[in-house]
Amino acid sequence: MALLEIENLVVEFQTSGGMFRAVDGVSLKVHEREVLAIVGESGSGKSVSMLAVMGLLPWTAKVTADKMTFNGRDLLTLSDSERRKIVGKDIAMIFQEPVASLNPCYTIGFQIEEVLRFHLGLGRKERQARAIELLTAVGIPDPAERLESFPHQMSGGQCQRVMIAMAIACNPKLLIADEPTTALDVTIQKQILDLLVKLQAEHGMGMIMITHNMGVVAETADRVVVQYKGRKMEEADVLSLFENPRSNYTKALLAALPDNATGDRLPTIADYFKDGSEISGAAVS
Amino acid sequence: MSVVLEARNIVRDYHMPGGLFSKGRTVHAVKGVSFTVEKGKTLAIVGESGCGKSTLARILTLIDPATSGDLLIQGKKVDIAKGDLTKDLRREVQIVFQNPYGSLNPRQKIGDVLATPLVIHGNVSAGERRDRAMAMLKKVGLSEEHYGRYPHMFSGGQRQRIAIARALMLNPSLLVLDEPVSALDLSVQAQVLNLLADLQDEFNLTYVFISHDLSVVRYIADHVMVMYFGEAVEYGTRDQVFTDPKHDYTKTLFAATPRADPASIKARLARKNAA
Repeated sequence: MALLEIENLVVEFQTSGGMFRAVDGVSLKVHEREVLAIVGESGSGKSVSMLAVMGLLPWTAKVTADKMTFNGRDLLTLSDSERRKIVGKDIAMIFQEPVASLNPCYTIGFQIEEVLRFHLGLGRKERQARAIELLTAVGIPDPAERLESFPHQMSGGQCQRVMIAMAIACNPKLLIADEPTTALDVTIQKQILDLLVKLQAEHGMGMIMITHNMGVVAETADRVVVQYKGRKMEEADVLSLFENPRSNYTKALLAALPDNATGDRLPTIADYFKDGSEISGAAVS
Repeated sequence: MSVVLEARNIVRDYHMPGGLFSKGRTVHAVKGVSFTVEKGKTLAIVGESGCGKSTLARILTLIDPATSGDLLIQGKKVDIAKGDLTKDLRREVQIVFQNPYGSLNPRQKIGDVLATPLVIHGNVSAGERRDRAMAMLKKVGLSEEHYGRYPHMFSGGQRQRIAIARALMLNPSLLVLDEPVSALDLSVQAQVLNLLADLQDEFNLTYVFISHDLSVVRYIADHVMVMYFGEAVEYGTRDQVFTDPKHDYTKTLFAATPRADPASIKARLARKNAA
C-alpha cells in the first residue's frame, strides 16, 4: 500500500477575477522508503499541492480530490484537530526559507522541544536530551550550547539543519521538503542534500522533494513527477526521465540546462513549442 | 584587444565600531584581488555567500571606494574616495542586481524607469527619451505596449529584462551582473542568458558576471575567478579553471555541484542499492 495516495487533486483559489485553478487534476503516490521529486517552475502548483496535503492552505482555497489518503487514513474528511495530530508528527515539512520559517523570538531549543511536548508529551529532561540528540543527528556542533541560540545567531545552512531536526523529531513516516536548498550555497546545498538522503535511508521515511533544480532531482530522487501550470506532464523513474524524457516539456526543461548547452545559444521552452501547439503531457515520438 | 577594466590588488576593509563593552574590529572583505577584463569578454566571479564578491561588485560599480589598490577603467585610474567620480565615468559602468522584484521602483512606470538615466545624464529631449526607451524595450525582447505599465504587471524574467534595459540606456562599456539569473526559473534563466549573449554580440559589451552557479558560469564566461574568504584563489580562462582546477576550494565547489546526467544518476543508484 502506498504511504500517500492522491488522485485527481484540484486546488482552486478564489480571486477577484473568479476561480483560479492552481492544481489541475494531479495524481501521485509515494511509497515507504521512496524519494519522489516534484519538479516544475514557479506557478506550476508543486508547493500548493503539498500544502493541500498538509492542510495548510488559506480558507480562500478550495481543495477537491477523488482520493487523498495517508497511511490508509482519508485526509479529506479529517477534522482539524485530528489533522493536527498527524501533521508535524507523521507528515513533516521543511520549507524553502530556513531563516524565515523559524520564530525569531524563541531559542531553537524551545522550538524543537515544542514539537516534542505537543506530539509526544515528553517531560522536560527527556525533551532536552532528545533535542540534543536531534541536533547531533543533523550535524550541528556543540548541540547542548546551541539549544540556547536564537535563529539570527546561526547561518542559513545551520537554520535549515534546525528545521530538519524539528521535522524528524517525531520520526515522521513522510517528509516533505519544499525547495530545501534553494536559498543556500552549492557547498552547503550538497551537505543538506546528503543529510536528507542519509536520514531518509536511516529512518526508512518516504520523502517528497519539491524543487525546480534538475541537479537536485538527479542527486536525490527515485521517481520524478514533472508539473507545469498545475498539470502533471510526466511521471517516470529518475533514470528514464533523464535518459529518455517522453513529454515535450521535460525535453525542453532538460535542454535549457546550461550543462547541456551545445551551441552558442540555449534552447528555450518556446523553441519547443514554436508551432503554437499546446504543451501537453502526451508522449511525442 | 583593449582592456576595459583592470583591478590591481584591490583591498576593502570594513571597520566595525566597538560598543560600550566591546572593542571595534576590522573585517577584511576583499584581500588584494587583481584581474583584467578585455573588451567584449566576460569575467565570471564565483564564490559562496560572504566571500566578498558583492563587495567587489560595489567597488567596480563605483558605489564604494576600495581601501587600497588601483582600479582602472578604460585605462584611467579611478579613486572615488578622492572625488574622481564624474558623470561620464558613471555612465561607463552599470549594474544589474540579483532580485528583479527589489530593484525596480513599484510606483514608477517602465517608460520612466528607462528614461530616468537619460534625464540625469544629459540634454535629451522628452521625445527622444521616449524613442530611445521604446527602442531599448524592443532590444530586450519586450514590446512598445509595455512602456506605460508598472513593475508589478511583469513576471520575474520580464523584470530582469527591464533591469538590463535600464542598465544599457547610457551605452555603458562595462556591465556588472550581480547574480542576474539566480532568482529565475530554469526556462526563464535560459532566455535571459541568451539575451545577454545577444546584447554582448551586438554592442560589444564587457560583462563582469557574479554567480554561484557553476553550470551558468561555464556557459557564459571567458575568464573565471574563484573567490574564497576575500581572496582570489583561482583565476584563469574558463577551460583552464574547469578542466584543471588548482585550489582545493575550487575542487570542493565542483564536487558539490549536482550533476544531471544519466551516468552520475546510475552511479548514485548503484551506490544506494549496494548500501
